[in-house]
Amino acid sequence: MPMAAPVPQMLTANRLKDGDVLYWKAGGWVEALRDGEVFAESAPADVALAEAQSFVTGNVVVNPYLFDVRVDANGIHPVKEREIIRAAGPSVRNDLGKQADPFTSPSVGRSTRAALASTSGGGQSVPMQRPPTRNAAHSDLPTKGEVKEETSSMDSFDVSI
Amino acid sequence: MPLIRDGKFIEDPFFFVPDGKAYPDEKGVIVTLARFQGERDTLFAHRKLVGVRLASNENPTVLKDDLHRLAAVVLEFPKFRDGRAFSWARMLRTRFDYKGEIRATGDFLFDQLAHMSRVGIDAFEVRQDFKIEDFHRALNEITHPYQPAADGKKTIRELRAG
Amino acid sequence: MYRYDEFDARFVAERVEQFRGQVARRLSGELTEDQFKPLRLMNGLYLQLHAYMLRVAVPYGTMNAKQLRMQAHIARKYDKGYGHFTTRQNIQFNWPRLVDVPDILADLASVEMHAIQTSGNCIRNVTADHFAGAAADEIEDPRPVAEMIRQWSSLHPEFSFLPRKFKIAVSGSPHDRAALKFHDMALEIVKNDAGETGYKVLVGGGMGRTPYIGYVAGEFVAKPDILAFLESVMRVYNEEGRRDNIYKARIKILANTLGPEEMRRRVMLEFAEIKKSGTLQVPEEERDRIDAYFRPPAFEALSDETPKGDADFENWAKTNVSKHRAPGYAIATISLKPIGGVPGDATAEQMDAIADLMDRFGITEIRVSHEQNLVLPHVRKRDLPAIHTRLKELGLATPNAGLITDIIACPGLDYCDLANARSIPIAQKISERFADLDRQHNIGELKIKISGCINACGHHHAGHIGILGVDKKGIEFYQLQLGGSGAEDASIGEILGPGFGKDEIADAVERVIGAYLDLRNDGERFLDTYRRVGIVPFKNVAYQEDLHAAY
Repeated sequence: MPMAAPVPQMLTANRLKDGDVLYWKAGGWVEALRDGEVFAESAPADVALAEAQSFVTGNVVVNPYLFDVRVDANGIHPVKEREIIRAAGPSVRNDLGKQADPFTSPSVGRSTRAALASTSGGGQSVPMQRPPTRNAAHSDLPTKGEVKEETSSMDSFDVSI
Repeated sequence: MPLIRDGKFIEDPFFFVPDGKAYPDEKGVIVTLARFQGERDTLFAHRKLVGVRLASNENPTVLKDDLHRLAAVVLEFPKFRDGRAFSWARMLRTRFDYKGEIRATGDFLFDQLAHMSRVGIDAFEVRQDFKIEDFHRALNEITHPYQPAADGKKTIRELRAG
Repeated sequence: MYRYDEFDARFVAERVEQFRGQVARRLSGELTEDQFKPLRLMNGLYLQLHAYMLRVAVPYGTMNAKQLRMQAHIARKYDKGYGHFTTRQNIQFNWPRLVDVPDILADLASVEMHAIQTSGNCIRNVTADHFAGAAADEIEDPRPVAEMIRQWSSLHPEFSFLPRKFKIAVSGSPHDRAALKFHDMALEIVKNDAGETGYKVLVGGGMGRTPYIGYVAGEFVAKPDILAFLESVMRVYNEEGRRDNIYKARIKILANTLGPEEMRRRVMLEFAEIKKSGTLQVPEEERDRIDAYFRPPAFEALSDETPKGDADFENWAKTNVSKHRAPGYAIATISLKPIGGVPGDATAEQMDAIADLMDRFGITEIRVSHEQNLVLPHVRKRDLPAIHTRLKELGLATPNAGLITDIIACPGLDYCDLANARSIPIAQKISERFADLDRQHNIGELKIKISGCINACGHHHAGHIGILGVDKKGIEFYQLQLGGSGAEDASIGEILGPGFGKDEIADAVERVIGAYLDLRNDGERFLDTYRRVGIVPFKNVAYQEDLHAAY
């Protein structure tokens, strides 16, 4: 008896230092759903989820998990409303969240983004080097190479006793 | 397991005897409540130091008639979120005026140490690499408390009154 | 209002440093997320759908202009230029970065504010009647006792790891504007036969999966005894509350399992001991000392005539101006429910402008109501037209307080990690559907409350019309409940029947309203008609496809 086709999945998490939503791609994380990796089979999805744990223990992300998507001619679409909203931003404020930035918006086509990238010089193809999505008061978001936030010289002390 | 008592590391005068295991020759012993209730008289007859270990759902009231003879009461923290032991410790100190050692064992956080100390816990089973300076830091992060507890510490209201 | 002394200031400063240390230890990995989570929750920091969310405590809903300006500053500097006022009188920011939160808390501390215990399994922000100190029907201002409870409960060593969260509300009026009966514990100021004021203490109310109306744990607790009494209740809860099942862990479950008699017996046992020890008695000097902070401004002798204005002003005055105890004064409600807007949100610019307005008219306090509006408690009547004009410029003069478009909605699936469905778009749809002001007045008092999940942060159980968003096989569905009330006549709304899709719910509400208008007697609010005729007539119309088919 043929099995039903597996539901495609993606892997997501939140970045620890700022809570931003991230998507897994090829051993790392990107900010836009459209740039993320789609797993057609559950085996590679599980492998990725296991790999993602190193980013948890490395204190880069929290709570990675897999979620269902479907893929069609128009792109990648999360199945659940929650993930649709998570990929875009609040549905009641389209000026906020990923939807407000063409580089992270789920609804902006690839060609448009490529065009924007070539004019603005923004790193569309480089994960995690996004222009800040907040006002200029904030320092830039870290690049992929930066794993740890600078801490003050805290004495190391054991936490869980 | 390293033991902090009265703010310093000490050699543990007790040995926890799990249910079903034989008693060691020397040392004080700590047993579970069930075992204590079954072997109370024998224990007090043959041991100088007897302690009872309570699970988080075991109310210390059951020990009230024996507290004057118990050298230690050990309170389990099965998970740091289970905060019943804070009330058990407070009860031992203020309701029963218990003067012996109240020890915390299990899963508790550095950030709970101050609360634990305030409710009357004075001994802590900690992880191998725990530093004593951190214990004192934890207890002093908030200088003055708003409310009375079991530690007799002056509250902000009392300090305001001068 | 309360002013920090050196002890309070030091307390929050030390707390900020403590959290700064906890954040550093989290970022370095010395704390795992599992270990850090309860710590960050106790500083009001959630991880939500898009980002972290910081909930700032507004004790008993009271702020001064400087504090309001600081919220604007935080919104601008660390967030996306707005804040959200909540159903527990707090303010939430939806986009802070973890690494910035210690600085945000330091900024808050500089204006005597904090985010302590706005989340976590501990005693939360004590809420109060938003008209406290101003209402004509008030026996006594409940905020002094709220402040005493706030201090007593701050970093309480025994009660920081409760089975679940614990919410306390206080009211000083027989007309309950604080939803006392839906709180874990609540205080109502009452007078005994000797004419002394004391507290009626309720326990065991709650919303959520299993709503309950609280019952009386202490008919009359004398003022010196109140903290000892509250500590007794907390102790019984901490010791006996369920820890095996998160859905059965609130005190409402324990209170109803034990029943009032047994609950009171256990509380009185504890109470007798604590009272005897004397450690928590509140002497008169202390009560007087706290009371002094809450004395209202000296009221001038002013004409009690309500000024006239244009049609907009008259409409606004009908609903958004409430009776004050001092002649010549009024209470003004600033609606954060513009037609089609996001309920409870305010921009940084609006917050600053309101602070300026307060300074201009000598209004020293502002209140956050649990209905997600702001309240100016002491307004000179003669200033009302000018205030209204300014509010109108700011988009804050929607004349709908208590009307159908004054909707309470939780952030829902647009923001919240726990939600099953969106609530804000539903509020917007209904608001737009009923925008016509004449129609709103014809309908009269109608409290619609919308929650995006069973946690009921929108208080839908207490809505005259309550709406609960659910997830039905990945699609957002909305259940209607009718006849809830959070006032002294507290009741839990009754579920109407199967849920409605997001494109049907506004129609369903309209049909229900239609049935009310059809069935009501003179002077009956929706709630009154519902209580008289029951749910069946509403059920009959709600599921009609055609709006006019029922008539």
